[in-house]
Amino acid sequence: MKKLIFGLIVVCTLALMANGFYQAMYVAPADAAQGDIGRIFYYHVPHGMLCYLFFSVNVIASLCYLFWRRNSPARALAADAWAVAGAEVGVVYCTVVLITGPLWGRPVWGIWWTWDARLTTTLVLWLIYVSYLLARRFAAGSDVPALAAVLSIFGALDMPINYLANRLWRTQHPSPVFGGDPDAGLKDPQMLAAFGWNVLAWAVWGLVILGIRVYVQRRQQAIDGAAAAAALAEESFTTN
Amino acid sequence: MPATTTNRSPELNNGLSWPGLVWAHLRKDLRIEWRSRDAVNSMLFFALLVVVLFSMAFDPTAATSREIAGGVLCVATLFASVSALNQAWAREIRHQVLDALRMTQGGGAAIFLAKVLANFLFVSVVQAVLGPVFFVFYNLHPLGDARLLALVIPLGTWALVSNGTFFAALSIRSRNRELLLPLILFPIFLPALLAMVLSVKTILTGDSSDPDLLWIKLLAGYDIIFTTVSLMLFDVVLQAE
Repeated sequence: MKKLIFGLIVVCTLALMANGFYQAMYVAPADAAQGDIGRIFYYHVPHGMLCYLFFSVNVIASLCYLFWRRNSPARALAADAWAVAGAEVGVVYCTVVLITGPLWGRPVWGIWWTWDARLTTTLVLWLIYVSYLLARRFAAGSDVPALAAVLSIFGALDMPINYLANRLWRTQHPSPVFGGDPDAGLKDPQMLAAFGWNVLAWAVWGLVILGIRVYVQRRQQAIDGAAAAAALAEESFTTN
Repeated sequence: MPATTTNRSPELNNGLSWPGLVWAHLRKDLRIEWRSRDAVNSMLFFALLVVVLFSMAFDPTAATSREIAGGVLCVATLFASVSALNQAWAREIRHQVLDALRMTQGGGAAIFLAKVLANFLFVSVVQAVLGPVFFVFYNLHPLGDARLLALVIPLGTWALVSNGTFFAALSIRSRNRELLLPLILFPIFLPALLAMVLSVKTILTGDSSDPDLLWIKLLAGYDIIFTTVSLMLFDVVLQAE
């Protein structure tokens, strides 16, 4: 039953992504100024928006971990699994943003990369979360989740800077399409539809991956917990 | 009524207020450094080497040195302080000093603030000695308002030392802490580095690209936010086990 539901979810997700691709590549009209290269927008922007979502999952889970750490360790452990998963999926999405950006920049701007505020803060955001994952790997022992949770709060401080970068400064990066000027935004309904489908498809896809990652992490925690308990039992057996 | 008497024994409280506790921790760190002079000496020599290396690697003319000098000074301080910051906590691991510190009153914030102040002082001493050498080696002659340097450099140093002290404590128990500290410190310090380098460059070249001193304000904001968060979270790091 569980497998059936999971299979169904995966099929639905793939169908959504296929529809998103179809809408972006065939239904939506080409951009008046940029031509077909503008279609990368349907991937770049949804990933940018969603990487905030997953980094937010990471920081909220980290705060929950710090809150539950003392009085409810089981719940804290679950929160830690969500924190790892959020950071990993977020890094993947942020990587997609950093790859699709230069792919668009090269034909439109004539350069792959420029050190403007938006691009720089995005790169810093990516670096911070990669270092978060590295720190989790390097630090060993029972204190890793607490230290990682602290690091995650520092990482989250860069998110508002990144979000505001092309609102506060005049950057080479295009100004925000949504939530910026009243004149901005997608005016063509087909473009808006293609954008909406892609946001939905990639959100569902990311959430499915997040769910799988949490599940795997919980299994790992169970294995580690059982191993620790077995080692303790053996120790008390030999000392008696 | 005697029942309402405040029940504080002088043995427990020692009569120390929170600033008094910070001062006690700070005095301890300063005394250790005064007797060994490990941190200042190693940082000074290391930073000097970085300055010489950059000067030889780029062989800059007067115009280019104004452009890059801010960056070289920041990076030299950054590299030098990372090694010293690791030592600052590694010293407390020996003989379980850290465990003893954990039991002191006042909590982690007092220990943290004292450590930051001590390291800030050490790095500032290094910069004060290095500054003139730097001006000589790079033939610097600031074209902008040089007095602003006295504001920018301490602000940038504070950002570096505050974050560095925090993350050194965080990475102290990991397997390869010498490697981990730069890995987590550099990305988080990047915004402050950018603000510091750009404002130093504006001062040295005297261009009017930043008339509102936006980068200096940004640096000050960064200092306030990150120091506050560090002070609030340091107890978690200290009691992580």
